[in-house]
Amino acid sequence: MTQETAQDRLIEELGALAADAPDGLLDRIAARWITAPSPLGEVAAAFTDHGVAYVRPARGFAEDFRKRVGRPLLPAARPPAGLVPALRDGRSSRVGLDLRGLSDFQRDVLLAVRTIPRGEVRPYGWIAARIGRPKAVRAVGTALGGNPVPLLVPCHRVIRFDGGAGEYMFGGAAKERVLLAEGVDLERLRELARERVFYLASDTTGVVCFPTCHNARRITAAHRHGFRSVARAEAAGYRPCRTCRPVAAQAAAG
Amino acid sequence: MCNGTGIGGVVASVRDFDCLDPVRKALLGDLDEGFAEMYGAYRCVVFSTALRMSGRRADAEDLTAETFLRAYRALAGYGPDRIAALQPRAWLLTILMNTWRNCVRTRVRKPPPDLREEPVETVDPGESVEDTAVRHEAGERLAELLGLLPEEQRAAVVLRHVADLPVSEIATVLRIPQGTVKSHVSRGLKRLRQLGGVR
Repeated sequence: MTQETAQDRLIEELGALAADAPDGLLDRIAARWITAPSPLGEVAAAFTDHGVAYVRPARGFAEDFRKRVGRPLLPAARPPAGLVPALRDGRSSRVGLDLRGLSDFQRDVLLAVRTIPRGEVRPYGWIAARIGRPKAVRAVGTALGGNPVPLLVPCHRVIRFDGGAGEYMFGGAAKERVLLAEGVDLERLRELARERVFYLASDTTGVVCFPTCHNARRITAAHRHGFRSVARAEAAGYRPCRTCRPVAAQAAAG
Repeated sequence: MCNGTGIGGVVASVRDFDCLDPVRKALLGDLDEGFAEMYGAYRCVVFSTALRMSGRRADAEDLTAETFLRAYRALAGYGPDRIAALQPRAWLLTILMNTWRNCVRTRVRKPPPDLREEPVETVDPGESVEDTAVRHEAGERLAELLGLLPEEQRAAVVLRHVADLPVSEIATVLRIPQGTVKSHVSRGLKRLRQLGGVR
């Protein structure tokens, strides 16, 4: 073999070393997005190969996402399973989330908020206590204000101890509207609060709950007793509900 | 031919719009659509270079993803004039080379656990199974030999003969004179032949 043909062969072999990027690689770089109706109106959701990363009103979404996340945003062929119903009615526990880039504290807060069932609310202090930071009530509020995935992490279900809606990134009125769509009547909670009732207990089960806990909502009027604190309910012989776990909030509110 | 007038307000200052390639046209219209266009046009050249520089498929995927992500974030801050003046391929490969060098430096400080590389598959649909097997064997050996070249020779050979860039563009990517590119390429090829010969 002459020097030239050996050289040509080497160059040809080098040329054959070119390789195309694997097909799925783009989805490690770019996010995809869809729009869907929600109690907040038309919203857009961006998702990566890890899960949903960002939810905001559809208008101005792309610029918002670029500023906040800084990833390319491409249209999706179809939404991930369960996302559209979750945005519509708040049943979101099956939707995967991409919470990379958040602080550990914020992630803890969001995951605790995710455990609040549809149709129920909890005070800010309950979240603080649940994540083992009972004094960080204000920080919980700040973390929720920066929630990248509202509706999917239902930060609207975290309200003030007195039944006030509290802050919401889309305004207090929107928060009440979303809660009402989920069957939570804040007006009733405020009435109870005016009577200094923050917990409801049943004398048939002997259990004390947050008023929106599904166990509390089943108590009939004849067997329902209101309490100002869990300590008072316990003194009266009731034990805290294991579903809504009101003790945690008590510690924080005290 | 090059008497375009731009496409209205946003890019009115960009001269010669019609002369631009589809990637830059798309980038000037919409950053995200432009990105998709850019990815489609250059994914192969970026990935090939990343694969033959790093020698590992998993690393090449990380490097490619990181390169395009950095490119997107940079483009988000660029004005229309800067985008119009961009040489997308050379620019992307410059980002890739910087990313790769950073990655190598980090790795020298903190070596990773040794992972066996799975074979690299480059399928040509017009090729028979026997052809693939023969080429595969030769290719794998050659890919290994590339890894034995000094860094600057490997970069020059990969960009010239794997990525198929002209010498002038390689000079831009590696920020060295064209004469130096040529000598790195020819020394690299010579070394590859020697390494191949002794086996």
